Amino acid sequence: MESIRIKGAEALLRALLEEKVDTVFGYPGGSIITVFDALYSFRDSIRQILTRHEQGAVHAAQGFARVTGEPGVVFVTSGPGATNVITGLADAMLDSTPLVVIAGQVSSPLLGSDAFQETDVVGISLPVSKWSYQVRTAAEIPWAVARAFYIAREGRPGPVVLDITKDAQNEMTDYVYEKCQFIRSYQPNPDLDQTAVEEAAALINGAKRPFALVGQGVILGEAEEALKAFLTKADIPAGATLLGLPAVAGGFPLMKGMLGMHGNVGPNRKTAECDVLIAIGMRFDDRVTGDLKTYAKQAKIIHFDIDPAEIEKNVKVDVAVLANVKESLPAVTALLKEASHKDWVDSFKEHEDEEWQRVIEPEIHPTAGPITMGEVINMVSEKAAANAVLATDVGQNQMMACRYFKLQSNRSLVTSGGLGTMGFGLPAAIGAAIGAPEREVCLFTGDGGIQMTIQELGTIMEYKPAVKIIILNNKFLGMVRQWQELFFRERYSSTILQNPDFPMIAAAYGIPGRKVVKREGLAEAIDELFATKGSFLLEVEVEENGMVYPMIPAGTNVDNLIFGD
Amino acid sequence: MEKIVYTITVYTENMVGLLNQIAIIFTRRHLNIESLTVSKSSLPGIHKFTITVESTEDLIIKVVRQIEKRIDVLKAFHYTDDEIIFDEVALYKIPTDSLLDNPEIETLMRTYNARIVEVNRNFAAIEMSGSADVIQSLFDELNKFKVLQFVRSGRVAITRSTQERLSNFLAEMEEKRIKAMKACEK
Repeated sequence: MESIRIKGAEALLRALLEEKVDTVFGYPGGSIITVFDALYSFRDSIRQILTRHEQGAVHAAQGFARVTGEPGVVFVTSGPGATNVITGLADAMLDSTPLVVIAGQVSSPLLGSDAFQETDVVGISLPVSKWSYQVRTAAEIPWAVARAFYIAREGRPGPVVLDITKDAQNEMTDYVYEKCQFIRSYQPNPDLDQTAVEEAAALINGAKRPFALVGQGVILGEAEEALKAFLTKADIPAGATLLGLPAVAGGFPLMKGMLGMHGNVGPNRKTAECDVLIAIGMRFDDRVTGDLKTYAKQAKIIHFDIDPAEIEKNVKVDVAVLANVKESLPAVTALLKEASHKDWVDSFKEHEDEEWQRVIEPEIHPTAGPITMGEVINMVSEKAAANAVLATDVGQNQMMACRYFKLQSNRSLVTSGGLGTMGFGLPAAIGAAIGAPEREVCLFTGDGGIQMTIQELGTIMEYKPAVKIIILNNKFLGMVRQWQELFFRERYSSTILQNPDFPMIAAAYGIPGRKVVKREGLAEAIDELFATKGSFLLEVEVEENGMVYPMIPAGTNVDNLIFGD
Repeated sequence: MEKIVYTITVYTENMVGLLNQIAIIFTRRHLNIESLTVSKSSLPGIHKFTITVESTEDLIIKVVRQIEKRIDVLKAFHYTDDEIIFDEVALYKIPTDSLLDNPEIETLMRTYNARIVEVNRNFAAIEMSGSADVIQSLFDELNKFKVLQFVRSGRVAITRSTQERLSNFLAEMEEKRIKAMKACEK
């Protein structure tokens, strides 16, 4: 391969093009200015999205990565630019989202001198990134970028940080690009162990009440079809984690709903009744398991995962099948006997009926009183396109949206699961709309969450991605209020919000909007939301003391559901 | 579950920041590192960390997996004391006068198999290697005659196993590298 003599900053951009990057999210500053200068020459091949805050850039990149499956790329400057992406890194680390964050750094002779806008970015980002590395010479840039993309994408995806000094961006180097194919200290895809496959198949073949827990690993491994074949062959009902929800989109008879604290009744109760529990690409988060001391003690447990560190991190298992689920699921499916567990599968029905009567129907079809959150979400869901992407903020809006919005296509959910980052919704929805312009992106957010990153309306104004923003305004920090009502004797400490006029703020950014207070106007407003080309902000005043039910209080048994009725 | 001393050995690529990456895994779980030595390993380009920590086996297994999860870590292992041969080195500095005035010190040095590495008008430096207990016990004895300085190294250890797990791992990785390169040529 012939080398060419170019600046480090140009080497970086050429390397990104080699990795098929066409969009970067970022914010310029003194230590990354050379890269932005080079980007100016590449503006026809790499689209730059200037967000209004670095946190917006990193969340937008996460939204982009979730819908495209490709790493989101972020450019930020040193010091505050880099520290402002830490929340996004932590979020991406917990939710296995591939990101490549390029942070400018002060010139190498200044490192360690407390120079202007100098921060120990590698030190700060290490605990929340899959790999974090400082580049001090231009010659290292192609190698570091190749390695960064390999690490971000391969195996269990995650965020990677390259901290590139200003002199490395400026100096000349002989550029030649070689993609990274192998790192001897990193085995992204563990070799499938045939013994484990046979043991797993034997346990499932012997099961009378098998139950599967579907996690995001299925989506990351692109194993959606393999999962359906697996569940169908042995007639295994399943529940999904929050991030696993779009793995089985579009209504599949064996998918019985969401697991966890605000999940569906059947999947949670059946976790405590099944005889073989099959966890697939999920990590037994405490919001799913409740109290680990009592969790699924009656069952044999099989864990399919790609990450060895997840095995027995939280739950002791009988069989661990370490591999990409795209490989392990078909291998186990091949050994499964065709089975029918009709009575067991049918036994979910009574729980579904109970939940419908006690929770769902009053939530989505209220006959009187204020508008409810579920009512809005259900109506939006019914009117949304089949390819819609659901984006959410964090809190009640998120739990309600994930409960009542019907996901119909793959990669259709953008939400902050593990970290629970308020303020994630708006920028992440923008990133999703930029990554998948042909899809309809519906964002449900709260009056609290949207105000954490509301400046990103400016990004919508400038680049015009189509984001259908629905603010469920209950004039409270609703989820904390819910806990205060239930567990803190209704002492509403710092949860009552005084809010601005949201449609007026949207109008200031040139975004059409509307506010709905009464049930009669809701359907028409939602029609307007979808009929309007581009973004639209719909604020709905909902029930102030709305609660998300059912609920498993934190740290209690997985079948300890409260209904509030 | 009972807390005992575990020795964790970690083999890494020779890159900046590895110590930090490993240390934060202990910090996160509020585990106190009892001793730590870092040096080149017998294999070129590979560094070896030997860490001792008091904990339960359950927790140690999780910690070792999380260490191994770091990209630049090749392999991490954990051992109980009976699975390894280990040693520490200690240096003791005592006034030369004490040495001359107290024949018991010579006896102690013979008993403990310690040796003098330097002696001058002012002080004598004594070196001994052994287990942490023995090193402490010599200190207690010598301190009756006033020890001026006392330092001990962290633990170094080799396994009793006949399998060289790291070499096997590296051989396996080399095969994988060749396979990956061939796959991408196609």
